[in-house]
Amino acid sequence: MAEIVAALEGVRRVYQMGSTEVQALAGIDVEFRQGEYWSIMGSSGSGKSTLLNLLGCIDRPTSGRYIVNGRDTDELNDDELSTLRGREIGFIFQSFNLLPQLNVLENILIPVFYQDNPRPDAEERAVMLAERMGLGDRTDHRPLELSGGQQQRVAIARALINDPPILLADEATGNLDTQTTVEILSLFDELHAEGKTILLVTHEEEVGKRAERVMHLRDGLIEGITENQPC
Amino acid sequence: MLSNTLARSIRLGVKSLLLHKLRSTLTTLGVLFGVASVIAMLAIGEGASADAQEQIRQLGSQNVILRSVKPPDNANSNQQTRVISYGLTMNDYQRVAQTYPWATSVVPVRQLIQEVRYEDQVLNPRILATTADYRDATGRPLMEGRFLSPADEENVSNVCVLGYEVARALMPLKSPLGERVKIGSEYFIVVGTLQPRVPLGDDQPDPGSQVTGEVLIPLTTGTKWYGGMQVKIRAGSREIEEVDLHEIIAQIDTPENVPIAAAASRVMLDAHHQERDYEVVVPLELLARAEETKRIFNIVLGSIAGISLLVGGIGIMNVMLATVTERTREIGIRRALGAKQRHIVLQFLVETVVLSVGGGLAGIILGLAIPWAVETYADMSTIVTPTAPLLAFGISVTIGLLFGIYPAWRAATLDPVEALRHE
Repeated sequence: MAEIVAALEGVRRVYQMGSTEVQALAGIDVEFRQGEYWSIMGSSGSGKSTLLNLLGCIDRPTSGRYIVNGRDTDELNDDELSTLRGREIGFIFQSFNLLPQLNVLENILIPVFYQDNPRPDAEERAVMLAERMGLGDRTDHRPLELSGGQQQRVAIARALINDPPILLADEATGNLDTQTTVEILSLFDELHAEGKTILLVTHEEEVGKRAERVMHLRDGLIEGITENQPC
Repeated sequence: MLSNTLARSIRLGVKSLLLHKLRSTLTTLGVLFGVASVIAMLAIGEGASADAQEQIRQLGSQNVILRSVKPPDNANSNQQTRVISYGLTMNDYQRVAQTYPWATSVVPVRQLIQEVRYEDQVLNPRILATTADYRDATGRPLMEGRFLSPADEENVSNVCVLGYEVARALMPLKSPLGERVKIGSEYFIVVGTLQPRVPLGDDQPDPGSQVTGEVLIPLTTGTKWYGGMQVKIRAGSREIEEVDLHEIIAQIDTPENVPIAAAASRVMLDAHHQERDYEVVVPLELLARAEETKRIFNIVLGSIAGISLLVGGIGIMNVMLATVTERTREIGIRRALGAKQRHIVLQFLVETVVLSVGGGLAGIILGLAIPWAVETYADMSTIVTPTAPLLAFGISVTIGLLFGIYPAWRAATLDPVEALRHE
């Protein structure tokens, strides 16, 4: 069996909303192994956004442990956590989250900038990724000059620039039309085939089905995990 | 690597600022005017004080000058013609010349009121009857020819030295050397001319006279032709003044002895004059006073400039805080992509410093343009010391850092989750 890249052990996340406590995650235990393709599904309020934030290390659990590549995130300080985010995790957002003042190549290179020891071939790699995403002739365009599908491709290239083992996609196709959604999803299939661990948060049944495993969340708990036949 | 990071941060900062050109420009205005005012005010202040000091230096910084002062008018002024006798006497001169061990030379000066004519030109300059030591004591450089000599004194020669302004006014087109000039009723041969000087504040030409500057003749010659009486014609009355000497300039050997000589002069004159018809002017004291004035001036200028820079800094901070709020989402994105808190601090700090330095550089240009304009159009001398632009630049960088820290810290400590959710 493949190595465990991320593991949640009894993770709870409680928000303080004024005087009342809201329990977004009520105790999650799950292991993600190298090269797995998961989709995380659930209605709104099920805790899937909170789970994604925890998995992406931009939030910390109230209790329980989150281990990434054998490191307990609870023991990391803000700097170490930031480095881990940049190196181990690639974020892909619903609304792309590109920076409008930067061009395509510069957007792809943002995560490189924040690494202490960036890979020396980062610029070539950025060009290579842009070409792979079919944006080879648009590297000096600004995000607003691109279509939604193209912007999401830039975001995917950005997520891949530091070659992280884990890709986190938050409703990555939510803002795209059907045709583009299909293109992006087949890109995920490709990345999966290359050995990336992909965690895809979605509420669309069609999208969720593309993954090997589907985690159903409800009221902050895992309701069930279904295995899909590889397609 | 560090310089690479910094260069990249600066490039990034400039790009972000260029997204809002108008806002960035307006923000820099505060620092711009602050810096410009620092440089301009320092330059104008420096120039004014240098002028004042130069004027005092022209009096001779190691001189003690005794002057005749007309006592307050207490006589019955109904009289049509009266004779007023006052001021320094030849006896005063003898006492100073013989008893001051610190004096290297003592120069008597008498001022005459006579018209100076050359061909059809008529002027009323100051006519000073004095000795050869006058030039040494006042340090007036010659332009051409020679100065009065002891021989002129002995021979009671009809020779004169013209101040630059007088020479220009009398004969603008030719060298005055050897020309015959009529002073009052007598003809004098011009033997030399003096270089122009910075006009003294209290050295205004007499009313009705067109020129500043002076004509110098030997003291003995002056006494021979014009005697001790001076006729001043005023509206409705004639006034005859009898003054032996208008000035006695004592040149002192060392600056340390100047206060001693000044005190001795005051005591001596007090003992021999019933009225206060004299004053003792000590350029060294004036110089000290001028420096004190300059110091106060600089403090006032510094406070004003400091306040305007403070206002500029607050303006920058205000805009940066607004920017942080506006770019909360960007901060969230960057944090999610691996940015550490110090990266965010650096980013915003770089932007404020770019703003303040941009304003500072523009301010330096404006600050250099103002003294130039003042010099060209207002005819005041200004001095831009090389430290002023450097100082202003340093201050603007400091302002950027100082007022950038809080907004940058605010940005860096935002919760990444909250920041990402921000619309």
